[in-house]
Amino acid sequence: MGLPKIAIDAEVLSNETVGNSVKKLVVACSEIAGQANPGEFVHLRVDRSGLLLRRPISIADTDIDKGQLTFIYRIIGKGTAAMAELKSGDTINCLGPMGHGFSLDCENPLLIGGGIGIAPLLFLAKKFNGKASILMGGRTTEEMFWPEIFKDFVKDIFITTDDGSMGTKGFTVTALPQILQDNNYDRIVVCGPEIMMSGIAEIAAAHHISCQVSMEKRMACGLGACLSCTCKGNDNSRKKVCKDGPVFWAWEVL
Amino acid sequence: MDKNKLLATEIAGIHMKTPVMTSSGTFGFGEEFKDFVDLNKIGAVVVKGTTLKPRSGNAGVRITETSAGMLNCIGLENPGVDFFLEDILPRIAKYDMPIIVNISGSSVEEYGVLAKMLDVPEIAAIELNVSCPNVKEGGIVFGTDPVAASAVVREAKKNTKKPVIIKLSPNITDIVGMAVAVEAAGADVISMINTLMGMAIDIERWKPVLGNITGGLSGPCVKPIAVCMVWQVAQVVKIPIIGMGGIMTAADAIEFFLAGASAVSIGTANFVNPAITEIIADDLAKYLDSKKLQNISELIGKLKTGNSK
Repeated sequence: MGLPKIAIDAEVLSNETVGNSVKKLVVACSEIAGQANPGEFVHLRVDRSGLLLRRPISIADTDIDKGQLTFIYRIIGKGTAAMAELKSGDTINCLGPMGHGFSLDCENPLLIGGGIGIAPLLFLAKKFNGKASILMGGRTTEEMFWPEIFKDFVKDIFITTDDGSMGTKGFTVTALPQILQDNNYDRIVVCGPEIMMSGIAEIAAAHHISCQVSMEKRMACGLGACLSCTCKGNDNSRKKVCKDGPVFWAWEVL
Repeated sequence: MDKNKLLATEIAGIHMKTPVMTSSGTFGFGEEFKDFVDLNKIGAVVVKGTTLKPRSGNAGVRITETSAGMLNCIGLENPGVDFFLEDILPRIAKYDMPIIVNISGSSVEEYGVLAKMLDVPEIAAIELNVSCPNVKEGGIVFGTDPVAASAVVREAKKNTKKPVIIKLSPNITDIVGMAVAVEAAGADVISMINTLMGMAIDIERWKPVLGNITGGLSGPCVKPIAVCMVWQVAQVVKIPIIGMGGIMTAADAIEFFLAGASAVSIGTANFVNPAITEIIADDLAKYLDSKKLQNISELIGKLKTGNSK
């Protein structure tokens, strides 16, 4: 039983482009910022004609002193396209904080992100105060604006790109075995496409390192009621990504 | 203005503080919305569709937004009636809200078994789901045939003393004929409409967007159809109607009352604003007051057609 969830119209402070089709939205929302934990998300609603449902977006950062929430999102469909048009002074309805976030009980974690899945790891990396390292994967150099964002908050940064234009050529799963050989991590945390998370979880299990994954599913209510986002747990129970997750232990769902 | 007096109503013996209910599948078991809605003040909660055995629902993408609406193909995921009775019901029974259980069976007999199991004091009524478009066993085979639907109603009535509501599908040619048939079979209340069967296609991948290929369409886009069907049915049946389909505001709800609904139910709008049922009830009270009406009952079926003044 956490604190009550809140639905509130938040003022947009900025909404700038940080990469190709990727934007960073900062809103004033001290009510949610004050109680949010890394891995949780906010169910966002842009009031625009023709748009109906909310969009679940993970929290990329908070500033408790200023009462601000930051989201880094990729423009994928109608909902994120509407978000991309927001200007400072506009409002966006924030419902949150939603879900169940990352476990923090480790000393030397390796965070692994693929594409826009890197976003929630920023909030987590900051929470670890420089203790965490990160392995990030993207398609090309153009997508790799992330190192600049993370550099002051993590120990080591490892990079892979599909085309080899930056870092190791290949995927995060290609680079991971060598990284694990050279370092001594006590936790792996991964957020990205499901196929990537499965691959990472398999390697983590082989190295006997506990692994948390952050799942992504389409959601309507975000409150555990509509069952749009459920997935099968390995114990054959049904898991609600919005409420039981989005963060799970890998062994629970993959 | 005495809000409670304006909104208090009764349908088939179910006493409700407001005529604003929540639709099955959109409000969980009520408790999921407790941070946003005072469950002790809600009209009634129709809980998630329940089946005899647990169901895991459909695979793949389950929802997609459409123009002024959404498609879903959840596929009646639910923990089964035993779990509901043992685990969930005791928890939600502590709220002062009428609990209505939506049930789906794969045979006429199964509806009877479920009705009997749910004939317990904590439950106010049952709603027969004969109109889920997303699963073969979701009752749609009963919902498209007046003879089969009537058999389901009779079987349920035989097995419970609770009021029996039947939720009608709009995916038929003659909804009026269906309504007349289920009333004759003994249904106490009609709720309408369930979702309209729909489909969306991903033109890049040339594949259906939804895992189940087709889904049920809901939201503002279906409201005119729902209002029309409620109006048509209200002309010919005497039993009360719970109107639903795309209600987002009190103004939308008022259309349903004027068309002949005795109560309304909120579905998709719960996803947009989790506090919406209370807002609609409050705005409805203000409207009644502004029209100098004493109670919601004075609005039901008051649509003026023809040359009447």
